Amino acid sequence: MNAPLVSLDKLSVHYPLGRKLLGPSPVLKAIDEVSLDIPKGSFFGLVGESGSGKTTLGRAILRAAPISGGHATYRDGEVDYDLATLPKDKLRDFRKRAQLIFQDPYAALSPRMTVRDIIAEPLEVMGITRTRQETDKRVREIAAKCRLNLEHLRRFPHAFSGGQRQRISIARALVCGPKFIVADESVAALDVSIQADILNLLKSLQHDLDLTFLFISHDLSVVAHVCDYVAVMYLGSIVEVSPTRELFRQPKHPYTRALLSAIPSLDPDDTGKAQRLPGEMPSPANPPSGCRFHTRCPVAQDRCRQDVPHLQDATGDARVSCHFWRENLPA
Amino acid sequence: MTTPLISVKDLTIRFRTDEGLITAVEDVSFDIAPGEVLGLVGESGSGKSVTAKALMQLNAGNTAYDPASRIVLNLPDQEPLDVLALKRERDMIQVRGGAISMIFQEPMASFAPAITIGDQMIEQLMLHSDMNKKRAREISIEMLDRVGISEPAKRIDQYAFEFSGGMRQRAMIAMALSTNPKLLIADEPTTALDVTIQAQVIDLMKDLVSDFGMGILFITHDLGVIAQTADRVAVMYLGRIVETGPVRQVIGNPSHPYTQGLLQALPRLDDLDAPLVPVAGDIPSPLERPPGCVFHTRCDRVIKGICNIQVPGRTLVEEGHTARCFDLTKTSEVA
Repeated sequence: MNAPLVSLDKLSVHYPLGRKLLGPSPVLKAIDEVSLDIPKGSFFGLVGESGSGKTTLGRAILRAAPISGGHATYRDGEVDYDLATLPKDKLRDFRKRAQLIFQDPYAALSPRMTVRDIIAEPLEVMGITRTRQETDKRVREIAAKCRLNLEHLRRFPHAFSGGQRQRISIARALVCGPKFIVADESVAALDVSIQADILNLLKSLQHDLDLTFLFISHDLSVVAHVCDYVAVMYLGSIVEVSPTRELFRQPKHPYTRALLSAIPSLDPDDTGKAQRLPGEMPSPANPPSGCRFHTRCPVAQDRCRQDVPHLQDATGDARVSCHFWRENLPA
Repeated sequence: MTTPLISVKDLTIRFRTDEGLITAVEDVSFDIAPGEVLGLVGESGSGKSVTAKALMQLNAGNTAYDPASRIVLNLPDQEPLDVLALKRERDMIQVRGGAISMIFQEPMASFAPAITIGDQMIEQLMLHSDMNKKRAREISIEMLDRVGISEPAKRIDQYAFEFSGGMRQRAMIAMALSTNPKLLIADEPTTALDVTIQAQVIDLMKDLVSDFGMGILFITHDLGVIAQTADRVAVMYLGRIVETGPVRQVIGNPSHPYTQGLLQALPRLDDLDAPLVPVAGDIPSPLERPPGCVFHTRCDRVIKGICNIQVPGRTLVEEGHTARCFDLTKTSEVA
């Protein structure tokens, strides 16, 4: 494993939920004490269902969501930032190094700007280029890498299909030369035939530009194909982190197992393995005691209702947050 | 062969717009038998929802159905009913919500926010039957219980926002089935749900088909969901059905280049090393519908001078499995 580019230590994001006259104010724990290392140069997957906190975690790392506790550090060899306490001038520099690609390519691009202006905007806002010629050169270079030609640059976003728009969003995120990219559900809005094209593009850009990706997705099949490591989130905490192959070969957390078996198989006869989770994810405003998954866990025991499990080393370089992972591995 | 429940023949749907007539669906034909699940797969803009809405005449006012289009509904002990010939709203009521029910993708948008779930269920039951309110309420509670909503007698007086996403979709299914429809149209019913909830809803729908014996038109873009639910599948691209057949055959032995492309582009969990091969190019705008085979602009097996001029007929691949492609020369043409 390479040295971590981003390292999280008990990172928390809590949102206050109103105020009570007596006693402590209620809080919504969107992210609760997450510790995680994202190795430099990796394609790091973050999966979970809606409400698990995966988007909030990505935003907290980019300082777009408030960090309420713990530490997040960013080290790319040139700079060493403590993200929770980063002063404003350093934050400006960090924004050049870490960028976000959004989910919906229809909402992310201004309909009143040409593609050239959309891609050039970060350069102008951050004052990276001085002259128009310099800006144009950078825009053309990155556009070519994202397979957009000069003709495309003169048009407005409405003239483009979903896949082409996502390539524009990618060019815009990459134009300032970042090292770290958070891709939040960046292929979720695309049709299958286009999705493969964008995934292949992201992988080749990662290779060419030496990028580190945090790839947030709800689609385990996509993650299985593009990511080197996968972290699985449930209700604001990480239940399992593992090299991708290991996670799919032998999922160790009961939630990961249920998640994998819920993916509908392409083989119509393959229905028997499905392991169904009862109920739905509880509210993060009122999470269960002990292990947060115990209300839906098929193998929960008394201890799970009281003791909070922490990530512990398991076999195959995996880390899992379950008291009984060893006992519950399928034979 | 038994009489199909619904028979769609040569359905062509155009929309009148400021830019002229736009063809959304062209020459679509399929049958659904009682107790059969037909999966309709396609990407955005392929015309699958427009096709489904045509079965209940739910398309907007600017819709023009081609005069040759036929949708015939065969209800038990009734004369065959030509759905497209029904012009008055009150004639449609026996079809809409009566013989045919529909569930939609976004359950939050499908329930009125300021009316309780129960009142919405009771209203439609009373509209489609001669039950009194008390009986309609009993039936509604029974249906909510049947789809696995706990404490249905209490839940029935709640509003849609008090239900979670999975529960809303269950309530939607309960409501659609309470009038005992013969055909259920499910338009992307699991797309907005998380995988663990999607699995619950798929299981529920399978149970209901075997219990109630209705036919289902199941629309989705997800081939995995189709494989788990459908008996037969029809693959749509730009308003045409390019391939149709039993689900095992179409997924196991795809014959149209588009179906093959879709399957190659799909990340599969059974082979993590397989490269993801995108289907080249983009879906053409409906304003620039390609002549000839609609897929020829993106096809790697295109035959110049044929595919871009003539519309391919249906070629028999196997028993009950056909594809519209000129490259499938090895077998004989049907229809």
